[in-house]
Amino acid sequence: MTAGEPAGGGTARALTAWFASRLGGILVPLAAAVLAFLVGGLAIVATGHSPFGAYLAIFEGTGLNYPFPWLEERERAAAARNLQQTLIVATPLMLTALAVAFAFRCGMFNIGGQGQYWVGLIAALFVGTQVELPSFVHVVACIVAAIVAGAIWGGIAGILKATVGAHEVISTIMLNWIAIFGGKYLFELGGPLQGTQEFIPRSASVLDSARLPAIWGNLQPLHAGIFISLAALVVYHLVLNRTTLGYEVRAVGFNPEAARYGGISVSRNYFLAMAIAGTFAGLAGALDLLGWKSHVATGDFDVGVLGFVGIAVALLGRNKAVGILLAALFFAALQVGTSTRQLDPSVFPPQLAVNLSTIIQALIILFVGAELLIVSIWGARRHIRSGPRRVQPALVEPEATE
Amino acid sequence: MASVPVLELKGITKRFPGVLANDAVDFELARGEVHALLGENGAGKSTLMNILYGLYTPDEGEVRLNGKPIVIDSPRAAIDAGIGMVHQHFMLIPVMTVAENIVLASEPRSGPFLDLEAACARVSELSSRFGLAVDPEARVESISVGQQQRVEILKALYRGAEILILDEPTAVLTPQEAEELFEIIRSLTEQGKSIIFITHKLNEVLEIADRITVLRRGRKIDTVPKAGATERSLATLMVGREVLLRVEKGPAQPGEPALAVEDLHVLDDRGLEAVRGVSFAVRTGEILGIAGVDGNGQSELIDAVAGLRRATAGRVLLGGRDVSGAGAHERLDAGLGHVPEDRQRRGLVLDFTLAENIALHDFDKEPASKFGWLYPRRLVQRARGLLEEFDVRGGGPQTPAAALSGGNQQKVVLAREVSREPKVLIAAQPTRGLDVGAIEFVHRRLVEERDAGRAILLVSFELDEVLSLADRILVIYEGRIVGEYPPDVSEHDLGIAMTGGGAEAAA
Repeated sequence: MTAGEPAGGGTARALTAWFASRLGGILVPLAAAVLAFLVGGLAIVATGHSPFGAYLAIFEGTGLNYPFPWLEERERAAAARNLQQTLIVATPLMLTALAVAFAFRCGMFNIGGQGQYWVGLIAALFVGTQVELPSFVHVVACIVAAIVAGAIWGGIAGILKATVGAHEVISTIMLNWIAIFGGKYLFELGGPLQGTQEFIPRSASVLDSARLPAIWGNLQPLHAGIFISLAALVVYHLVLNRTTLGYEVRAVGFNPEAARYGGISVSRNYFLAMAIAGTFAGLAGALDLLGWKSHVATGDFDVGVLGFVGIAVALLGRNKAVGILLAALFFAALQVGTSTRQLDPSVFPPQLAVNLSTIIQALIILFVGAELLIVSIWGARRHIRSGPRRVQPALVEPEATE
Repeated sequence: MASVPVLELKGITKRFPGVLANDAVDFELARGEVHALLGENGAGKSTLMNILYGLYTPDEGEVRLNGKPIVIDSPRAAIDAGIGMVHQHFMLIPVMTVAENIVLASEPRSGPFLDLEAACARVSELSSRFGLAVDPEARVESISVGQQQRVEILKALYRGAEILILDEPTAVLTPQEAEELFEIIRSLTEQGKSIIFITHKLNEVLEIADRITVLRRGRKIDTVPKAGATERSLATLMVGREVLLRVEKGPAQPGEPALAVEDLHVLDDRGLEAVRGVSFAVRTGEILGIAGVDGNGQSELIDAVAGLRRATAGRVLLGGRDVSGAGAHERLDAGLGHVPEDRQRRGLVLDFTLAENIALHDFDKEPASKFGWLYPRRLVQRARGLLEEFDVRGGGPQTPAAALSGGNQQKVVLAREVSREPKVLIAAQPTRGLDVGAIEFVHRRLVEERDAGRAILLVSFELDEVLSLADRILVIYEGRIVGEYPPDVSEHDLGIAMTGGGAEAAA
């Protein structure tokens, strides 16, 4: 046996391991989605409808059929409108997912995306209604305000964790409620930021100068915010993998004790990671507001779930930029495809479709979450049949090559 | 030996994916014998014993008990067959009493209730019969490690073990406790019990074993009687080549004090004073060894020197500069290197690649990064050179650290710390869990670093290691330095000092 052999074997092994891990990273979410649709299909059968018809209708409702060449002109126009909807929903979802993912890479579970989204939206709303600026500058000012607000909201949870050890799950949930009730207070009848219509509990609309430009469609067009979301995905990837900050965040996320030993301040990174997570969610709020909402009503605070769906998106997307992009599109498509106005009631009743969408979403989260369980069961089986999976490769390797 | 062996393993083969962990291994155990199973980490000792204990099923081969073939497919089956195992890491419940732990899972009952009196009586009877002195009513958390080990042995005996597997039993013991364990083993074998003694320590094998089977890379190399075996012959069998058992080093040429600790007081995690006024200095070009039994303040002392734990009083001086108020980062920059006690928990980020791990202290400086922008390719380049220099096997710069064996992981840590050319190098338990080959490498490297003019603070629970490496030896006991000894001090004297008996002797 020469000295070169084990090293060569090690590389091959590392390569296969890398490939397997990548493959597993795609396969598991995919399998979870397929499985969820299968179980959802059973639910459709139980309601006495055809799952194929229903799924086809839902698919057409998402607008993802837009590129199909065989569509007729009228169908294509409908598909375009649907796709615009899907992309509008995906835009903030990517960001709220990034808010979860970034904190997660630092070893924290950010449940506060919803609250950070709201404070971002409120800050953008304030600047967008109370300040007068030239059009492009106004948009930037609104976005900056939202980012700062989101960073503060996330950062509070980070500081609490870094200084007194308050668990971020608890503090972000509480901060969510503060944002929700704070928002309701601002825009309720007689509230400090209530709009001009005396008997409607909602805000004024942002000035035209603060609107994001439309880029596609005319009924409710897709706005330019999607480019900002896509850029945020790139920034996320670069910050995490190509900066010292990202190195520190990942080190703390993987092993805070080793990070501390390496000279990295763990508490500083807890704060920074939560603040950065907050910027993503705050940005989501701004884009929704400046892109299509333009105002907010107190009732909106009761039904907003983008921050929470973001958790599912991050989970399905495995905290990777590309994964989050695909997962956000998927969840957005599901939501749009099952929404009331897209479905033909004769094929599948829309009120059932909304529930079906929730069922499928929940199942996906369950299955992706259960991956750990499945993997450990699988591992245990292998363990019983053939021993532990983590044999010490370097030590046993020479035996294998001998 | 003419009679039928109590236990025979014949042609045991066990494959893991891509690996032959046991390759047609034969092993036999005579009644009343201590049979040592010797081999480096990864030689297949644990696999073989796990097969015997029913944790794995072999792919080929058979197990015979008293000449009859037997299938052991679970630990329960092993226990029923009279095979008991004492793991390296004890499996005891700290808040329960000794007796409760021993009878666990086969409790004597009176009606539906646990009959504790019967349990205690049975435990006392067993412990007096085999000379295993231990108080059945003491809580496990309040007794020493050596006594906990006795509880494990008693547990196996209580379940009717005729064959005892002891997995690295002396790893956690002081020399005196190890002596007591050997006494116990002798009394067990006198009464007909048979012992399989797993270890990689050669001197122990020669002291206690009747026969020795050496495994290397999954194969049985040989079974030899103790008579005629020497440490050197066993080491050669084990590693497959001549090994330097003693570290070769010239006399130290100490210079200026590079690290000074003055009247240091440090609290442990529970807020109790673990280090109580420790002072010492390490000079350039020498290795200062700190010997002591685990848990006498070593970890807290190292943490305080490295800036990872705040000292309540006292000073730490690095190259004459007072760094008492500085954090870990600043001390690293001031010329401190630190091979930490626990490489997996602290020394490495296991999910990071080797390149990323090697950059752990200076990822934020040029050339690894500039203005906060990281250059992964430079990390890889730097790692490639170091991995080669330190002969790290089993992966390249892009391999996750978790994929390496313990020895190679330690080489990565050592490479990182040494490559920064620190003035002071703390080496805490630098060879814990490593095999003979890797130990040789680490020891040689530490001596080289000493000769390159670094001040090395070696903290180890292994007396052998301190004795063979250190130029001066301090003994720490209950948070105090209780004596300083030259490197030619006898193991016996050190052992006594380590257990608190040396304070008067040294004074």
